[in-house]
Amino acid sequence: MIPRHQKILFSVLLAAALIMTGVLWHLRQRAHQRLLAGEDSAPTKAPEVAPTEQATLLVANDADGSLLVQARSLPLPGDPNARARVLLGELLDLYAAPDAAHPVTGGASGVAQVFLLPVPSSKDSQNSGDELAVVNLTGNFAASHPSGLETETLTVLSICGTLRANLPHVTKVRFLVDGQQRPNLAGHADLTRTYLTADAVPTGGANP
Amino acid sequence: MRWTRAFIGLNFFYSIALLAALAPASIAVAQTANSAARFAVVLDAAHGGDDTGGRLASGQMEKAATLAFSVRLRSLLAARGMAVITTRESDTAVDPAIRAQIANRSKAEACLSLHATESGSGIHLFTSSLQPSQPARFLPWKTAQSAYVEHSIALAGALNSALLHDGFNVTLSRTALIAVDNMTCPAMAIEIAPLRGPDGKVTAEPDDSDYQARVATTLAAALLEWRLEPRQP
Ligand SMILES: [Zn+2]
Repeated sequence: MIPRHQKILFSVLLAAALIMTGVLWHLRQRAHQRLLAGEDSAPTKAPEVAPTEQATLLVANDADGSLLVQARSLPLPGDPNARARVLLGELLDLYAAPDAAHPVTGGASGVAQVFLLPVPSSKDSQNSGDELAVVNLTGNFAASHPSGLETETLTVLSICGTLRANLPHVTKVRFLVDGQQRPNLAGHADLTRTYLTADAVPTGGANP
Repeated sequence: MRWTRAFIGLNFFYSIALLAALAPASIAVAQTANSAARFAVVLDAAHGGDDTGGRLASGQMEKAATLAFSVRLRSLLAARGMAVITTRESDTAVDPAIRAQIANRSKAEACLSLHATESGSGIHLFTSSLQPSQPARFLPWKTAQSAYVEHSIALAGALNSALLHDGFNVTLSRTALIAVDNMTCPAMAIEIAPLRGPDGKVTAEPDDSDYQARVATTLAAALLEWRLEPRQP
């Protein structure tokens, strides 16, 4: 037979446990609500009123292996890193269009970031004014890129050429995928080397 | 003990460097003395093993299409009296450095790296984007091809003309080429893309045997002509 005082103690403890459960549940719900409300009221990026500017894209064409100059009017941010990213995003959006001459899926989101870094001149380690662009592509972009010597080369060259056409200080380009160095883009284009933007010149490309 | 081992290691490294550097000199000799007797072509079927290359529309992997083309071209070249050296004969992974070593040992007059793709159309020819340099006894491994770039561009020009003459759509460009950039021979990459009609529709896939046979026949004839062309050593 269980003593009466033990029965009372058990009932009190059970009641306390149930009340605690209720309180915890309530607190959890409140925290969740607060989090959601916080997300809504978090200061979003100020709507930038980027002025529309004339930009030059070097657009690849798989049919003849050419890089053709295309002028576009674009709202371009003042910050050079953001500017470079917007330019490359515009280029990749062209490649993601249904009738693209150089089809690559993914579009603007294929470029995660672009960082512009000063290139020290070789003689004295002072700033030469030249810049190295580090283009960080997304893993999804690389994974969905068609495999082939020509198609991969054209993507790399059109990125280099577009950077050079709009940011003439950019003389060198390196590529990362998801922040890491990768041996190649989709089996062919070497991503371990530094590309010279001077090599990416607009060409007719095709044979006469 | 440790020093002895380091010394042996260093010696080994220098021997390899010396062998790589002597290769161009011996090629020059082979070109002047032996070009009539022996004309060697290296066929490098790209990819293989775990490195499948791209997937073709037929479902076949690029590595299989390049091997099939290498086998086809090899027999046509051998039938024309050329010595053919291949970097792989089966579905095996071959390191790019090994491919270049095979090419450099063979003292070949043409080294062709073979690819296939679903992108673009016709035949894509590529030579190395390295700047031409003077042949030297010591060539840095990474840019060994630079001493041969002018020969490589001449070879690409010859193959380009032959392919255009036979009605193929050809693009000719320069790029950084894995393996080819380490080769001490006139070298280039040949990428077979689908054959397309005027509307852009595919009329033959890069692994289509008739299409491959046509390309191989044109290349074999062009190489035979290249063999007979007088050249600077
Ligand atoms: Zn390939």
